[in-house]
Amino acid sequence: MSADAIRGETDALIMRPRPKPASALAATLTLAWRAMLKIKHVPLQLFDATITPIMFTLLFTYIFGGALGGSPRSYIQFLLPGILVQTVLFITVYTGVGINTDLQKGLHDRFRSFPIWQPAPILGALAGDLFRYSIAAALIIGLGTILGFRPAGGALGLLLAFGLVLVFAFALSWLWIIIGMKVQTPESVMTASFAFMMPLTFASNVFVGLETMPGWLRAIVRHNPVTHLTTASRGLMHGHPVTGDVAWVFAASAAILLVTAPIALRLYHRER
Amino acid sequence: MTPAIETTRLVKTFGGTRALDGVDLAIASRSIYGLLGPNGAGKTTTIRVLATLLKPTEGHARVLGHDVVTDALLVRRQISLTGQYASIDEDLTGHENLVLVSRLLGLSWRDARARAAELLGAFGLSDAAGRQVRTYSGGMRRRIDIAASLVTRPEILFLDEPTTGLDPRSRNQVWDLVRRIASDGTTVVLTTQYLEEADRLADRMAVIDHGRVIAEGTSRDLKSSVGINTLHFHLTDPGQRAEAQAVVSGLLGDGTLPGADAAAFAIKVADASIAAELLGRLARAQIGVADFSLGAPSLDDVFFALTGRPAQNESAA
Repeated sequence: MSADAIRGETDALIMRPRPKPASALAATLTLAWRAMLKIKHVPLQLFDATITPIMFTLLFTYIFGGALGGSPRSYIQFLLPGILVQTVLFITVYTGVGINTDLQKGLHDRFRSFPIWQPAPILGALAGDLFRYSIAAALIIGLGTILGFRPAGGALGLLLAFGLVLVFAFALSWLWIIIGMKVQTPESVMTASFAFMMPLTFASNVFVGLETMPGWLRAIVRHNPVTHLTTASRGLMHGHPVTGDVAWVFAASAAILLVTAPIALRLYHRER
Repeated sequence: MTPAIETTRLVKTFGGTRALDGVDLAIASRSIYGLLGPNGAGKTTTIRVLATLLKPTEGHARVLGHDVVTDALLVRRQISLTGQYASIDEDLTGHENLVLVSRLLGLSWRDARARAAELLGAFGLSDAAGRQVRTYSGGMRRRIDIAASLVTRPEILFLDEPTTGLDPRSRNQVWDLVRRIASDGTTVVLTTQYLEEADRLADRMAVIDHGRVIAEGTSRDLKSSVGINTLHFHLTDPGQRAEAQAVVSGLLGDGTLPGADAAAFAIKVADASIAAELLGRLARAQIGVADFSLGAPSLDDVFFALTGRPAQNESAA
């Protein structure tokens, strides 16, 4: 590590002309590769995000499962699709955390000084997150299978349900991107988004059916997008028709995306 | 020759603050140019405007003939920026970081991996190639940060405070590197608050204070503006300083500068041969001189002469 090391191999410093910069697709895929590397190097983050749902699954299935669903085995048929929704939605928060970290560390500046398609860092991060969701989903479904989860819709039903969760997760991520660009630290992103995610996922039908709730609460929970997403995922996994809820999820995702994505991109381009 | 960088009446306001208040610069290509000033003077803002990260509120900036606002993409194709904080992904390894940058700049995966390995070797980081950057020392981070700016040859390399926080050994390495990059034909624009750094590295420099260029030229030009030579006196008895200054002023007129402590003072002289006469007069006045030196003024002297205050005192940014 001496100065000689720098002077020694000088070939590397005889610089070459710049090639044509990466295309929009190549830049996005390269940045998605980076997001996947971060999962490899910081596995604890994914572990943090999945340990709570795993605990919930075990806790609810064995302690409350008998009371809520007749038996743990019948309750997990009800619970697991909802847990999958909750898990993936909580992990979307890390998209905002990642954007915030890049801003604070100056990486954002470097990316912006590159001659690349400017939204590539955001889309790359989102694409890399698909991988993160897939790992989490595989963990949850694997655990469910061990505990006796037997979806009637089979593998296709699982895939369709996961696909639908991804649609909503993609839309929701943009909200965290906005928060990630607005607040000062990654910790604040977590705090702000969890304050939003807790009521959103608990005031839903993830753990118990709507019919068990008091009327005033039912009126609120019925309109929660997470309720529709959970009902739709349940239906797809167990082979019930749920076209209305699926359509509702698509509509809600489109609405969220239409509002948040332009704001997020404008904030991203804004100088700071 | 057209300058590599040209700015006219560049103004940048943040809220009510005028971070840049009419900056005019003309930076020749293939040179090392220093932007020198205390924290908060506007150095970083200048670099960020030139690197297309900020839009000027008023005025224009042209980099390699391209306007930084209307032709930002053309500018970005020919510059590299190494920001004030190591702008690398700490979670990734050194090798992965350089592959990432290489890919974004258009290299194939194979070329990107080869280039990353080559740069790590050249920067003495081969042993640390597979380690996450968060485990690197400050000097290693700075080197990989600069390496990331050299994946492909930039026409202009912007370095924002390249040695802030480095130990002297790492600082010397970065200096060697900057000279080497410039000798290969890249224009280097660096900011620094270390007067010595600008003196040692830069062909020309602008002294920036409160968003304005208050002096511009070579190190020699700036020193000449203070005086060709400076005589530094250190007395045995601080109590005699006023008396000593009076003796010196009697020969050279007013113009003594305060020194580092109560027993020290300095004066600029056009001709160094006056020193013998001055020492003789002090001896005849029974004033004890503990130490005496004749030297070129430092850039600290320059800053003091230009602004009436020392450069270091304005450290809160």
